[in-house]
Amino acid sequence: MDHAERINALESNLHQKLSQASKESKNPLSSDEVTKIVKDVISSLTGDITASDLRFYAELEDLANYIFHAKQEIAEIKPKEISSDHIPHATDELDAVVGATEDATNKIMDVCDTISELAGQCPPEIGDQLVACTTHIFEACNFQDITGQRITKVVQTLKYIDTKIAALLKALGEEVHRDGDEGGSAVDYEKSLLNGPQLPQNAINQDEIDKLLSGM
Amino acid sequence: MAVDMNMNILIVDDYKTMLRIIENLLKQLGFKTVAQATDGSMALRMMRENHYGLVISDWNMEPMTGLQLLKEVRADEKLKGTPFIMVTAESKIENVAAAKEAGVNNYIVKPFNAETLKQKISAVLGAF
Repeated sequence: MDHAERINALESNLHQKLSQASKESKNPLSSDEVTKIVKDVISSLTGDITASDLRFYAELEDLANYIFHAKQEIAEIKPKEISSDHIPHATDELDAVVGATEDATNKIMDVCDTISELAGQCPPEIGDQLVACTTHIFEACNFQDITGQRITKVVQTLKYIDTKIAALLKALGEEVHRDGDEGGSAVDYEKSLLNGPQLPQNAINQDEIDKLLSGM
Repeated sequence: MAVDMNMNILIVDDYKTMLRIIENLLKQLGFKTVAQATDGSMALRMMRENHYGLVISDWNMEPMTGLQLLKEVRADEKLKGTPFIMVTAESKIENVAAAKEAGVNNYIVKPFNAETLKQKISAVLGAF
């Protein structure tokens, strides 16, 4: 058997064993399992091992190590947490921004309507100026529609990223899920209290705060 | 030709805030009767029940977009002559081209001001 045939046979044997192991486990293989299969194939070789073979085995081992470390690094960024926690939280916050700006815009326009009514009771030169001012305010309120549309685009982008992360998690298998669930680093308590403005459904109002304080 | 300031105007937008802004600006310009719809299908139903001298419509709405509304209007024997202005944040050349091909009379990009609205209405209906 010449060198090329030996390499082909080796590749074929390795491929066959990996496929067989994947079928049997029904889940993506862990890096440890892949490493074991590679070692088994190497140990099953008979005859002299050439320098080329050794380089090939070394490449295989590097590849297995690379996959192992890549999985570790992906697990460390906790992709499952991004999908289940961070992205839904970000989209909720953005929805709250749209709601809050819409409320504020409507209140501004309510005041403009009142000013316009009062303008009718003023001398014409003053009344006309007041109406012109309220018209400029109405024009400026255009921002709310544009802001809403831009934020909707951002939400759609976040949802797209979410689907890609889900696909990545599925492709990498349980190893990343498991590692992502574990290893939560100790979070500084005071830092955890800094969450900024709350969504309306999570917030408490001033009366509730006053009650809490008076009960302490 | 003098513009009839008593004509019915239909404004179509899925943002209620935007409907309020446009209605207010139209009233500042002197128009007295402004009706509102929140998407193309609602606007089309209203147009088949009442006569409107002008339609001012957003583009990006569900279930029926402003462009679909425009095409429906132009395909309807009774409605096809209705002046139609698109007011939208869609500002790409292909959007304007598509609206023009569908038969829009004028096109305003958001954000806009009262003067722009007045100019475009004048271009469609005549000076007022």
